[in-house]
Amino acid sequence: MDQLLQDFSPGLFFMQAIILLILIVLMRKFAWKPILDALQSREDGIQNALDAAENAKLEMQNLQADNEKLLKEARAERETMLKEARDLKNKMIEDAKTEAQETANTMIAQAQAAIESEKKSAMAELKNHVSGLSIEIAEKVVRNELSNKEEQLKLVESMLGEATLN
Amino acid sequence: MKVAKQTFKFFVLIAFLFANAVAMADTSTKDPVVSGNKVDTVDEIKDYISHHLKDSHDFHFYTHNESGRHYSFSLPVIVWTSNGLKTFMSSAFHHDDAGHVIVDKGDTKLVKIHSKIYELDQGATSVNFDADHHATNAHKVIDFSITKSVFGMLLTGLLMLLGFGALARGFKKGKSIPTGFSRVLEPLVIYVRDEIAKPNIGEKKYRKFMGFLLTVFFFIWILNLLGLTPLGFNVTGQIAVTACLAIFTMIIYMVSGSKDFWAHTLWMPGVPYLLRPILAVIELVGFIVIKPFSLLVRLFANITAGHFVVMSLIALMITMKEAFGPVTSTGMSLVLSLFIMVIELLVAFLQAFIFTMLSSLFIGMAVAEHDHH
Repeated sequence: MDQLLQDFSPGLFFMQAIILLILIVLMRKFAWKPILDALQSREDGIQNALDAAENAKLEMQNLQADNEKLLKEARAERETMLKEARDLKNKMIEDAKTEAQETANTMIAQAQAAIESEKKSAMAELKNHVSGLSIEIAEKVVRNELSNKEEQLKLVESMLGEATLN
Repeated sequence: MKVAKQTFKFFVLIAFLFANAVAMADTSTKDPVVSGNKVDTVDEIKDYISHHLKDSHDFHFYTHNESGRHYSFSLPVIVWTSNGLKTFMSSAFHHDDAGHVIVDKGDTKLVKIHSKIYELDQGATSVNFDADHHATNAHKVIDFSITKSVFGMLLTGLLMLLGFGALARGFKKGKSIPTGFSRVLEPLVIYVRDEIAKPNIGEKKYRKFMGFLLTVFFFIWILNLLGLTPLGFNVTGQIAVTACLAIFTMIIYMVSGSKDFWAHTLWMPGVPYLLRPILAVIELVGFIVIKPFSLLVRLFANITAGHFVVMSLIALMITMKEAFGPVTSTGMSLVLSLFIMVIELLVAFLQAFIFTMLSSLFIGMAVAEHDHH
């Protein structure tokens, strides 16, 4: 201890204090402050970049999810549109079918009506014709009657039989 | 490129100093009183080591025994004597360390005994020694000389300013990634910040103390490393230097102590009232005396012991020569001192780390804000 105190040099202590003080001041001003500031700003920059990348990743994921959603929606819409179209098609076909049926029915009905009226008119014509024929026959019969009595009678008889059959 | 230029400048400086040393080589005839020339016996080795562990006033590389030439360069001596400030170059002592050479500065006579400068009492013409080899008619002066240690500190400061200045300039120029030697320094700065300051002081308050912590860390580390070079610096092994560093730490944590710190130190809550003054005394002594003392002694003792062990192991080749012959003793000394040197390399870092670590720990204690119980 005595040796230590003997070796202790106040002058050296003083010089060391001065040098250390000056060194601390100089180093703070010219080295540590700019270095620490630069390190800090660099680390902040790195942190910011990492954060930005993380954000971008999240955004990307959101975007992808959005895209997925949009795609799903679009698919659903297409599905409904297709379904609607199919329905519409079916309905149109159905409509066309009914319409055609109706038209056909009316046409058939018209045709039937026309046939009926034609038949009627034909019948009437036939009746007229038959009546004309009857009159002719009657004329012929009458003429035959006038020549042969017996024959005349026979003829009338047969003719009448025929007429009733008609 | 810039760094390379500065490294070049540094080598130019070193070369200049060495050239100076040779140029200033003392050509005076062999002086028998000069100690530390021949190192052959155990006593001489002891003397040499204890001489090395002390600060010295000149930068001595070696002495040629045959011619008595000293290869060294002198450093300025600045002393405050009873007659005011005296300055001269240390070459005036002619490498005398036993008080034989008297430097006459008109009204003041100065001598150097065991690396200390003494002023002769009025009227005395030579130093008288008592039985314990203490000077009886001379007293110590306050010595502000640029001693070897001061020179080492200035060199370290210069190196730090150049190295870290280059790193700072690189950052200022907008480079966010340093190049060259700065690339080595940058992780060290980050290491001190992230491993020493932040965990001990806290994320919020560490910034204010970074200037001191970083400076002290690199200052101690570089000085420790300089001590391992053959230049023979032993700056961090000077108790005045470590005491100064420890006192700086003490002043910093005492000044920046928070209200909570003082409350807990002087009037500890949760303790019986009778015990509080006793605790206050214990705490105060702990903070003012014990903690700085542990800091200064740890660094001083580690470095001194390291130098002592390395030098003793190197001296093995002389002390063991008788017993084992020159080859074996030199080999043993080489292997052992190499081994210890590697450990000292680790210790150089470790002591800088521990000093900074404990300083930041104490600062952290002082600035901490406790939760109120």
